[in-house]
Amino acid sequence: MKLRPIHFQRYLTCVALVFFTLNTQAQSTADEIAKYREMIADGNPSELYEMAGEELWKKPAGPKNATLEKCDLGMGPGIVDGAAARLPKYFKDTNRVQDLESRLMTCMETLQGISAQSVIDAKFGVGPKKDMDAIVAYVVTHSKGSKVNVSVKHPKEKMMYEMGKRAFNFQGGPYDFSCASCHSIPGRRIRLQDLPDITTPEGAISGWGYWPAYRVSSGQFWTMQQRINDCLRQQRLPFPIYGSDFTIALSMYMAQNANGGIIQTPGLKR
Amino acid sequence: MPDPMRIRATEKDGIVDVKILMRHDMETGQRKDAAGKTVPAWFIQNLNVKAQGKDVFNAHFGSAISKDPFLNFKYKGSKGDKLTVSWLDTKGEKRVDELLVS
Amino acid sequence: MKPFKKISYGTYFLMSIIASFGLVTNSFAQVAVSDAAFTKMVRESFRAEGIAGLDRIEQDATQKLCSDTKFLMTKAGAKQAIEIQKQNMATIQQPSDGNYIGDWKSGEAIAQSGRGATWTDAKEVVVGGGCYNCHEINKKELSYGNIGPSLWNYGKNRGYSKELMTYTWNRINNSKAYNACSNMPRFAHFKLLTEKQIQDVMALLLDPNSPVNQ
Repeated sequence: MKLRPIHFQRYLTCVALVFFTLNTQAQSTADEIAKYREMIADGNPSELYEMAGEELWKKPAGPKNATLEKCDLGMGPGIVDGAAARLPKYFKDTNRVQDLESRLMTCMETLQGISAQSVIDAKFGVGPKKDMDAIVAYVVTHSKGSKVNVSVKHPKEKMMYEMGKRAFNFQGGPYDFSCASCHSIPGRRIRLQDLPDITTPEGAISGWGYWPAYRVSSGQFWTMQQRINDCLRQQRLPFPIYGSDFTIALSMYMAQNANGGIIQTPGLKR
Repeated sequence: MPDPMRIRATEKDGIVDVKILMRHDMETGQRKDAAGKTVPAWFIQNLNVKAQGKDVFNAHFGSAISKDPFLNFKYKGSKGDKLTVSWLDTKGEKRVDELLVS
Repeated sequence: MKPFKKISYGTYFLMSIIASFGLVTNSFAQVAVSDAAFTKMVRESFRAEGIAGLDRIEQDATQKLCSDTKFLMTKAGAKQAIEIQKQNMATIQQPSDGNYIGDWKSGEAIAQSGRGATWTDAKEVVVGGGCYNCHEINKKELSYGNIGPSLWNYGKNRGYSKELMTYTWNRINNSKAYNACSNMPRFAHFKLLTEKQIQDVMALLLDPNSPVNQ
């Protein structure tokens, strides 16, 4: 059927209208979700974890009966303000790139005598990991509103970023899933859950800037390590060791991609 | 002693806006654990807020209130009011926190 | 229709400078990662848990190729992709009883279920297809993903020929026979879905009585 020019224009208008309507429907849904998020942002249960974390930071613990107040998170001993915004980073004393959780384990071990292994072995949300959740909430709250400011200078930081990029694209397991399978193209979603494109600055900050977060659906506070852990579980990969280089590399990749973006943690998620 | 609440109370034009975040698992008694056993009910049942010793808010919660509940209400009051918030749960555990209205 | 506004060469040049700036700043951070170093990091970072063993981080040829985004964009990479497609195609088996179509009601349940194969799943858990995670299938189901194309009216639009039956069967069994780096899991290759489950999913798509084809 040959389309006469004037009918074609009408056809285009119709298509445009339909697309516009669908788009505005999708947009109004997104707007409503944003409104809902604003409403519940007040009274984010993460604040309860932050309060508990502040207490743990200042409370003597472990065989050495010491507090964490001398812990160096990269800006000098005891400085918490803005520290999370600069992680992961290279640390001279351990000669490696560390994220927040692994650096806190270093502090717990050296200052308090609490073994990192005991934290690694604990189940999520239990015992030493429960304390870790609270301390993480406390530390990240002190970077809320700052810009992600992760250094690229040290050769090990550069290496960790490249490792992270490779880890992001690493396909494995019986589903052949990598992070990229879901998080590398804009506009993707699983069922009705939107997936940020982590290869871009906007996608990266929507992930990196919002975790750790309190998950309303499960009533749990999840650190970034736990979030990565569950992603890898759903990718059908084996269990990532807590604070392992693979997880730090992924964090480095996300953080650097998010550089300059505003941190909103601790977040509130569905 | 159960975990502390996070309370904020600000006054404007004679109205105090009170926000209370409570730390509590609020088990309904309907949930089953991984082994299939029912998790027993355990939730905050009574909440009371006094300003300057007088009741300004009383609540009787049922099992439908969510975990880590957040409560927001307003009352007629002034800056400097001493607020006393207390809750009592089904196991008989109690938590009391105080705050001055800012 | 109005003709396109003419953009000057100067503007194009400026646009390409800005575009390549993104690439250049990235390359400042570029450092070579050796295969050996990366593999060491992977092996030291995982442990077995539940049904998820460490074999899952040992990549096969398909996974190795599709993890290398840079190589994929080269001529050699494209050639390797064709080779991988052939290898995957060669492993596909047609149904043992000759039936392509099972029960669509059961197929819908399989498409809805995203269960199975994770380290929190017991060995006995029936693995689901997770199809709605990525595809629209029955239009009545509003909760669907958009990683794969819509399968609404799959049979109605394409007909019910033997070629289509075989193609669809193959695609579900091993999507990488047709597209080396398809996002779709290889359901038969990794023994995720049984032959009967795949016959049921086939029915969901290709039974004329299936709600998908109304």
